[in-house]
Amino acid sequence: MNQVDLQRRSFLKASAGAAAIAIAPGMMLYQVANGQTAGASSKVRWGMLIDTTQCKTGCNECVTACNRENGLSGKTGPTDSQWIRKIEIKDISSGRELSLPMMCQHCEHPPCVDVCPTNASFKRADGIVLVDKHRCIGCRYCMMACPYKARSFVHEPLHDQNPDVPRGKGTVESCTLCVHRVDEGRLPACAEACPNQAILFGDLNDPDSEIARKVRSVASVQIRADLQLNPGVRYQGM
Amino acid sequence: MAMNSPFQLLRSHLYYGLLAAGGLLVLMALYSVHLMESQGHVITGMNNQIVWGLPHVFAIFLIITASGVLNVSSIGSVFNKPAYKARAPLAGLLSIAMLAGGLTVLMLDLGRPDRIIVAATNINPTSVFAWNVVLYSGMFAAVAVYLWTMMEKRMAPWSKPAGFMVFVWRFLLTTGTGVIFSFLVARQAYGTAILPPMFIVMSFAWGMAVFHVVQSSIYAWNNKSLDEYVQHRMKNLMGVFVMASLYFVAVYHLTNAYFARQIEFERFILLEGDPYAMLFWLGYIVLGNVLPLLLIFHPALGKSRCVLAASLLIVAGAFALLYVFIIGGQAFPLSIFPGYEVSSTFADGAIAQYQPSLPEMLLGIGGIGIAFIITAIGIRVLDFVPQEIQKSAAAAE
Repeated sequence: MNQVDLQRRSFLKASAGAAAIAIAPGMMLYQVANGQTAGASSKVRWGMLIDTTQCKTGCNECVTACNRENGLSGKTGPTDSQWIRKIEIKDISSGRELSLPMMCQHCEHPPCVDVCPTNASFKRADGIVLVDKHRCIGCRYCMMACPYKARSFVHEPLHDQNPDVPRGKGTVESCTLCVHRVDEGRLPACAEACPNQAILFGDLNDPDSEIARKVRSVASVQIRADLQLNPGVRYQGM
Repeated sequence: MAMNSPFQLLRSHLYYGLLAAGGLLVLMALYSVHLMESQGHVITGMNNQIVWGLPHVFAIFLIITASGVLNVSSIGSVFNKPAYKARAPLAGLLSIAMLAGGLTVLMLDLGRPDRIIVAATNINPTSVFAWNVVLYSGMFAAVAVYLWTMMEKRMAPWSKPAGFMVFVWRFLLTTGTGVIFSFLVARQAYGTAILPPMFIVMSFAWGMAVFHVVQSSIYAWNNKSLDEYVQHRMKNLMGVFVMASLYFVAVYHLTNAYFARQIEFERFILLEGDPYAMLFWLGYIVLGNVLPLLLIFHPALGKSRCVLAASLLIVAGAFALLYVFIIGGQAFPLSIFPGYEVSSTFADGAIAQYQPSLPEMLLGIGGIGIAFIITAIGIRVLDFVPQEIQKSAAAAE
């Protein structure tokens, strides 16, 4: 009887040990995988301050850099994707003219996220609004809802994609604030490429950041502020 | 020939020919979807400015009208009018058929129709599209139960509550469809609470018109003629609904035209936009309202052919109005910088261009093909043809 009990005990020990060895690598991988998503913190609010007085008509450097970084064709036909575009604006009453870049404004209350039926449009904890390319069914409701016309629909099969920036035919896409660069501590491509430093990128929530100090000290506006979406992109000099 | 069994009168060859024609429409639609799937939406007229095109015009017409055809059953069950009660099963069948057609078009126009399971399993509670997934599938179930209570004698006591449930559900469904546009905060054409009630009243008018076309076809097919009293009542009701929806459309445009910030949009839709202004005035106002109302209410007219013509014109007007509302509404530039003139490579400040292509047209027509096939088969295999005998018996009670 005792003999049997001892055998059973050693069998259970061996089994538990084998199970632990089998599970351990998986658990470690799980932790590694989990560790990668720890980047987005709700303490951070990524944003941009665009100085329209420094942005030059005819300069397209930010657009070119965005296209190169994200693997866009750079074509501007009605079915081509444009994540950032230069808009020329002229005050009808005063005649004052300005040139400025327009892209996803990374709203605090994004209408695209509200209307998305499948939760494919989502806002990261750090305020970056993204599209989950695996969940998007291509209904284009977000494009109808966006007040800034910031989104494009992929109308054709894609080739030569940038591995850091997955895209997909039949899904909707827009400026990601170069999330793959931001997560590595780098600047978005447009901000880095601007020859006049007209695009200031940073953490709006950090009172000591350059962007937060500048937003406090100079007049800036949010586009369509009347909609109270609290965009993360602000414009100076308008 | 036995007049009390209308199925025997269905002319077999023509029936199968028509069914095959309906099938051909569906096949052509499926081929279009295959092309759109393999080559992308670039082969449609839709683009990054006009993101919803002709398929949505067809789909929304079919979905709104699917709710509207149920007028007939609601009046029968909820308001207890026997002449309408006899027609309630046909109305239910038409509703299911049109809903199936509309939803199929909507689904197949998605960029990734293969991911429909994602839409069914990931519901965003703040999205009206997600609500509509529930509302549309619930509508199928509600109408199916209602049909069951009407066609299975043992279930007859439940017919009235089921009719009431359908009555409530169709209001929710059309509200859900109108709200798709009401919830668009920044678009000049949309973002107003008048749209859901406007859609509901339009559904009444369009539903009556479609019901009338189908009923007339069935009666002509069976060499029957519609009771004059019933015809008179139904055409007058249709006329009232047409006027009511015209009223809503007028208030919608009047309110817009009153706001300085919306005047440019109204000028575009009603006066200058090509082809939207012409479609609105000639298609919707003249063909879809003035002529049908004349045909319905002019003392010298109002006979069965006139009512059929009026119904067809109302349907044509509906398509014109939806084209103006959905495509014209997107063609007008979004006001991102109010008070500024704007230009860009992304059509900012410019009227967006849209040329519907053959594949998207075929997809839309395929939706009608699906509705036709379901209706034609339903009438053939089940007892959906209005029985005037039942009506007179019920009237005598």
